[in-house]
Amino acid sequence: MRGGQGAERAPVLQFTNCRILRGGMLLREDLWVRGGRVLDPEKLFFEERRVADEQRDCGGCILAPGFIDVQMNGGFGVDFSRATEDVGSGVALVAQRILSHGVTSFCPTLVTSPPEVYHKVLPQIPVKSGGPHGAGVLGVHLEGPFISPEKRGAHPEAHIRSFEVNAFHDLLATYGSLDNVRIVTLAPELGRSHEVIQALTAQDICVSLGHSVAHLQAAEEAVQSGATFITHLFNAMLPFHHRDPGIVGLLTSDRLPPGQCIFYGMIADGIHTNPAALRIAHRAHPQGLVLITDAVPALGLGNGRHTLGQMEVEVDGLMACIAGTKTLCGSIAPMDVCVRHFLQATGCSVEAALEAASLHPAQLLGLEKRKGTLDFGADADFVVLDDSLHVQATYISGELVWQAEEARP
Amino acid sequence: MRLVILDNYDLASEWAAKYICNRIIQFKPGQNRYFTLGLPTGSTPLGCYRKLIEYHKSGDLSFKYVKTFNMDEYVGLPRNHPESYHSYMWNNFFKHIDIDPNNAHILDGNAADLQAECDAFERKIEEAGGIDLFVGGIGPDGHIAFNEPGSSLVSRTRLKTLAMDTILANAKYFDGDLSKVPTMALTVGVGTVMDAREVMILITGAHKAFALYKAIEEGVNHMWTVSAFQQHPRTIFVCDEDATLELRVKTVKYFKGLMHVHNKLVDPLYSMKEGN
Repeated sequence: MRGGQGAERAPVLQFTNCRILRGGMLLREDLWVRGGRVLDPEKLFFEERRVADEQRDCGGCILAPGFIDVQMNGGFGVDFSRATEDVGSGVALVAQRILSHGVTSFCPTLVTSPPEVYHKVLPQIPVKSGGPHGAGVLGVHLEGPFISPEKRGAHPEAHIRSFEVNAFHDLLATYGSLDNVRIVTLAPELGRSHEVIQALTAQDICVSLGHSVAHLQAAEEAVQSGATFITHLFNAMLPFHHRDPGIVGLLTSDRLPPGQCIFYGMIADGIHTNPAALRIAHRAHPQGLVLITDAVPALGLGNGRHTLGQMEVEVDGLMACIAGTKTLCGSIAPMDVCVRHFLQATGCSVEAALEAASLHPAQLLGLEKRKGTLDFGADADFVVLDDSLHVQATYISGELVWQAEEARP
Repeated sequence: MRLVILDNYDLASEWAAKYICNRIIQFKPGQNRYFTLGLPTGSTPLGCYRKLIEYHKSGDLSFKYVKTFNMDEYVGLPRNHPESYHSYMWNNFFKHIDIDPNNAHILDGNAADLQAECDAFERKIEEAGGIDLFVGGIGPDGHIAFNEPGSSLVSRTRLKTLAMDTILANAKYFDGDLSKVPTMALTVGVGTVMDAREVMILITGAHKAFALYKAIEEGVNHMWTVSAFQQHPRTIFVCDEDATLELRVKTVKYFKGLMHVHNKLVDPLYSMKEGN
């Protein structure tokens, strides 16, 4: 249990010989942790007159806020959209395995599915704090079924729906319950989308635009109604056109509500987005870029052929194709690989690359006081990285939850 | 007095740090025998603090049995304001060393009763057995701590309103905005520092040269409060060349000629490591 009155008696941990990401910069500072939260050592010194109970030498490494993945369809053979009696085990398995990628919080994502699937699966994926058992579940990302049939990508056409009859009631009937839901991706050109977006936003659910043929104006109106995210920019939307930039145009739109930042997910695996396109988006609006994996069940299975549900998949390095073809069937680049690739492809600073995977998703979800930062009072979820941004260790609530082989004693 | 003149800021900082290091180690501090150190803030002592941290990190110097008393603190500035002297001491010194937080004393500029806070500070110094070595600096107006021109030379810890010279000098720490600089501070008195068994004043830079001249070549005068230390039995002034620019050639030559004597105070440099 974090914080609270008992926290003052908890031991004080001091992580030394490190650089921490704070205030957008890598500072040569120690990270102090108590009761699962980042502690202000100056306050501890002058007000409580205490020193650390334990010091841990970080060997000169970088300490960054733990990565947050807001779009993951599954991994390690697990498919979150598959309705079984024990969805929880699958989520738990993925949650544990992604610790080695530096991910400390994530949003299990369900693709377009029939109502029965949502009714069965959603109650089995509660919001859950992370720990030694695995990364925390921030809530489910529902990608569909209220999307454009034209831009469905790999989503099943049969289960695509609209809510033009009863708007929010249709949506609620489809999903069953919104209790564990954090993000909903929908196409704003669908009839009555504004009511739906407003209703979802009023319930603190993040609305994302994607799998859509909306033109820029429709997209801007959706943002004015409350949408704050774009699902995997460039993919499953109209291509940028200089007279109608489409959803991509939101990155530089002057019609957004004042002070609002539009966030956009990018799969930076070097395969799903051409590095030049990645650079265009990054340069146009660096503050809104959110790295996502959009990982599919083939993530982490290793090279070779795998059977996933009804599909035969061939994995080779970072590419997953339908067996015997060159058709891509999803991303399998782990989050830390995406961070490194993003850094190299855009030439951005290390700080910017790390923030794209931590601070920005936290800001998207309104969690930036507790997650995605190492500010005093934030949850002590962090990742220890070497200079080439390879994960050496992962911590949740100040507790070591994963460590690289070489680093183990 | 001893007037120790080094070629530049870095060498002056190092000499001062070595002196403090040797004094602490030769004192042989322990469980019931704490070395009490008076400490300054500002840009002058930064180099000295950096060297002391170096000696600590290399294992040669521990502050486990050292008690510190800072000279002053602004009134009304939140303790965690980046320009408060609490922040200065934490960032530039305390966070890098092994001092017990209970032994690091700084006046509280936000105390409900400011004079009571000052009186309590005097009592704490007394209870600690007095100050073994008080390290200080000098303002461009010749002040020690915030004992501005006109301060009584026998003054004790109290509330002072800052002189315009001081406010101007401090503006650079507040984005150059005079309205943001605190106008009052709690400060140890001239008398408080005079009570220390030994005093070391660090003076570097040409902008301090005139103040140094007034402090040591002219008479004891409450307009240049550092001049009070002419009447202290053990005072060392550690300077760089630039700070001596307003002194008589004769004074500078005399003390430079004594450097071989002065250097015996810092060479050999002692260490707390085993076998040293």
